[in-house]
Amino acid sequence: MGSGQVNERDTMTDISKDLELVGVTKRYGKTVAVDAINHHFRPASYTCLLGPSGCGKSSTLRMIAGHESVSDGSILLGGRDISHLPPAKRGTAMMFQSYALFPHLTVLDNVAFSQKMKGVDAATRRKAAAEMLELVDLSKLADRLPDQLSGGQQQRVALARALITRPQVLLLDEPLSALDPFLRIRMRTELRKLQQELGISFLHVTHGQDEALALADEIVVMNNAVIEQAGPARDVFNAPKTEFVARFMGGHNVIALPEGHFAIRTDAVGLADQGQLEAAVTAVEYQGTHVSVTTRAIGDQEITAVIKDAEFFENPKAPGDTVGLTWAQDSLHRLIN
Amino acid sequence: MENLLRNKALSGWLLATPLTLVLAFFLVLPIILIVVVSFWQATEFSIIPAFTWENYEFLFGSPVTYKVFLNTFKYAAITWAMTLLIGFTVAYFLAFHVRTQTWQIALFLLCTIPFWTSNIIRMISWIPFLGRNGIANSALLSWGVIDEPLEWLLFSDFAVVLAFVHLYTLFMVVPIFNTMMRIDRSLIEAARDAGANGAQILWNVIIPLTKPGMMIGTIFVVALVMGDFITVRFMSGSQSANVGRLISNDIALLNYPSAAATAVVLLLTVLLTIGILLRFVDIRKEL
Repeated sequence: MGSGQVNERDTMTDISKDLELVGVTKRYGKTVAVDAINHHFRPASYTCLLGPSGCGKSSTLRMIAGHESVSDGSILLGGRDISHLPPAKRGTAMMFQSYALFPHLTVLDNVAFSQKMKGVDAATRRKAAAEMLELVDLSKLADRLPDQLSGGQQQRVALARALITRPQVLLLDEPLSALDPFLRIRMRTELRKLQQELGISFLHVTHGQDEALALADEIVVMNNAVIEQAGPARDVFNAPKTEFVARFMGGHNVIALPEGHFAIRTDAVGLADQGQLEAAVTAVEYQGTHVSVTTRAIGDQEITAVIKDAEFFENPKAPGDTVGLTWAQDSLHRLIN
Repeated sequence: MENLLRNKALSGWLLATPLTLVLAFFLVLPIILIVVVSFWQATEFSIIPAFTWENYEFLFGSPVTYKVFLNTFKYAAITWAMTLLIGFTVAYFLAFHVRTQTWQIALFLLCTIPFWTSNIIRMISWIPFLGRNGIANSALLSWGVIDEPLEWLLFSDFAVVLAFVHLYTLFMVVPIFNTMMRIDRSLIEAARDAGANGAQILWNVIIPLTKPGMMIGTIFVVALVMGDFITVRFMSGSQSANVGRLISNDIALLNYPSAAATAVVLLLTVLLTIGILLRFVDIRKEL
């Protein structure tokens, strides 16, 4: 490839950094884990692959990383087909679920590992690793062994080890699942900040919709080996396209009306004496700022209304009461199935 | 009584007692006896309880002792190197190249089949193979590789080491395989993600993480080879000696004090060797 061509590519920054999946399929024997998915990931964005376990999200990530072969289709990064390249030649780096730190190496040597494999001399690679550790704020622990670190610290080492390869895309496999809830929230803020500082793409696999909503520019919801819906976090949450997405994202009711199936946010449903739908209150749950009222409407449908606490206690309801459910027509989102 | 049972310290001691008694009776007591006997006096006709250093003086004064100890170390070192090489390769194949667990178990059991027969029979079965007119020589002759039968195949150091390797490789395979199976597979993916090729993964990840298993195998093999006497006698055709044979000869001559003294020195030598080995690798995580 001539040098002129290289320069030309560099100027086309937007296209040259894009990650794209074209009809990517993964089959294990007769089971299809990932069924011909297509997706174009925006450059320098934080994307979450979201779905229940067994939906194919991890297989997708592992195929992009190169730890799983692609049965069919192509993975393109910067216009280059990387589907059959070895993991280290792809321009991706992976952070593993259990962090996969080498237990026999110090933090510094863990981070310097990829450079050692390239044959970089000890002094240079240690310097580079020390810089990387500074980025994740771990310089003081450089000489420790992984099992002398806390979960959060181990995660940062794993992050530094992945980032030292200067990847265009960082792949994170359920990175927060091993942490306690408090640390999880702190680490996700750090991940988000780091992604913005580095300006590279992060592709993060998770089964927690709150994590996805908090982090992602774009959410890709997967179920049964296909992408159910993809889009900016707010769009996916506000306007789910399928019943699965509505239920999986939470905070939604799925209502069957004569005109079809609709999703409606639980906080868009109001209570009145007379409403669009008559229902019986089955449970009332006080949640501090809100009150969650579960009702049962015609056709044995369970519909939840989340009401501001002040509003609720002006006109409290008790289980057994009959109420009318109200909503604004434009808060109904028609579901495909 | 109920109060006594609730006492944690007491129940702890009670639980430890049976094993302590077994070990005291079958391990500690015999060793003490050997040490005691090693100071007794022996003449051509009798053994006299006494406290004398003459067994040790004789042992350390004789050049044969040093030669035999050196020979024992030589067998141990060569056998160790061979079993480690073979054991590591077999364990590596089983742990990393055999994909399904069913096959892993099947092949692993296959390795243990030779252990269904006794050591002696396995040793003796080499004799018709390696003999002057044995299978190995006839085959080599008929292929034209050699013109006359090889003399060093049987009743030689070669035969001794061959038998040792045959007998004890499994003691290397088992602990190494065990350690390898505990290596988190994502570490290998992480290494590959960092650009390591197969040889680099082996050298930088698998070997360092397998060291405890190799050390346990080494302890088994070194202890077994250094304590052996029958293999050396059979396979060398009584032409070579190791410490075990020294002891067995003393016993044959009913010179128990001298045998005991040699045994004590051998025991200390093996303990020292293992002690040195353990300075290099921490095997506590494996236990």
